[in-house]
Amino acid sequence: MASLSDLSLKNRVFMATYRYRALDPVPFARPRKPLPSARVALVTTGGVHLPSQVPFDDAMKGGDSSFREIPSETAVETLGIAHKSDAFDQTGFRADRNLGFPLDRLREMAARGEIGALNGRALSFMGSITAPGRLVKDTAPGAAALLEADGVDVALLVPL
Amino acid sequence: MCHQTVGLIAGELESRGIATTTVTMLREITAKVRTPRALAVPYALGYPLGKPGDPELQTRIIRAAFALLEAPGPGPVLADFTSTWIRSAP
Repeated sequence: MASLSDLSLKNRVFMATYRYRALDPVPFARPRKPLPSARVALVTTGGVHLPSQVPFDDAMKGGDSSFREIPSETAVETLGIAHKSDAFDQTGFRADRNLGFPLDRLREMAARGEIGALNGRALSFMGSITAPGRLVKDTAPGAAALLEADGVDVALLVPL
Repeated sequence: MCHQTVGLIAGELESRGIATTTVTMLREITAKVRTPRALAVPYALGYPLGKPGDPELQTRIIRAAFALLEAPGPGPVLADFTSTWIRSAP
C-alpha cells in the first residue's frame, strides 16, 4: 500500500495539511441488478484522452475538472495521457493503459458474462484537482447525468 | 488528489442510484473523503491494478472491487485487497 510517507516532501506536506472534502452523509446505492446483468461504466482520473480530443490543461490553477468521453471500443494504447503529476510514477501506466483504465479487462469480463455489458462510453477525468468546487457543482453532476441517461447500473472508478 | 476526485464523483453517481466501487492506493485519504465503497490495494501510486502487462492480477483486483457491491452498507465500505481474493469466473 502506498502511504503519505512514500511521497516527496513537497507532496507530503501538501497532502498532510490539505483539508479534504468528505462526503457527509455518504450516498449509498444498492446495485439494481446482479453484476452479470448490470451495465458497467469505467471512470478514471488518469487524464487519458483520444488523440482527437483537446488534452486536459495540466497548468490550470486548482486543477482541470473537465472530463473526456472515451468510446469503450477504443484501443487503449492509442490514448494520450495528459497527467503530468510528479506525485506518482507514470512508467507503468504509460506501458499499459489498462493499469489505470482497464477497458480491455472489462471487455473480457463482459465477453465471459461476468458483467452484463460495458457501457458505450467511459469517462476520463484528470487528477490533481486541488480546488474541487467546479467538479462538485458542475462537471461531476454532468458526468453522472450522462451515465444515468445511459442506464448505467454500476461504475468502477480508478484513480492514478 | 486523484483519490479525492474519484470519491467525490462516486458520491455524485451514488446519489443518482448508480452503485460505485473504487480502487484506492491511499487508504487514509479515501477514509477521509468517505468514498462510498473502496478497495485498498497494496501497490504504489500510479499502480492501482497492480502491474502493467499482468491481466490476471488486474482482473482479480477488479473482481475484488466488484465484490464490494455485495456489502450491505451503509457506506463507507473500505476493504483491503490481498492475494487471497480469488473468485473464479462463473
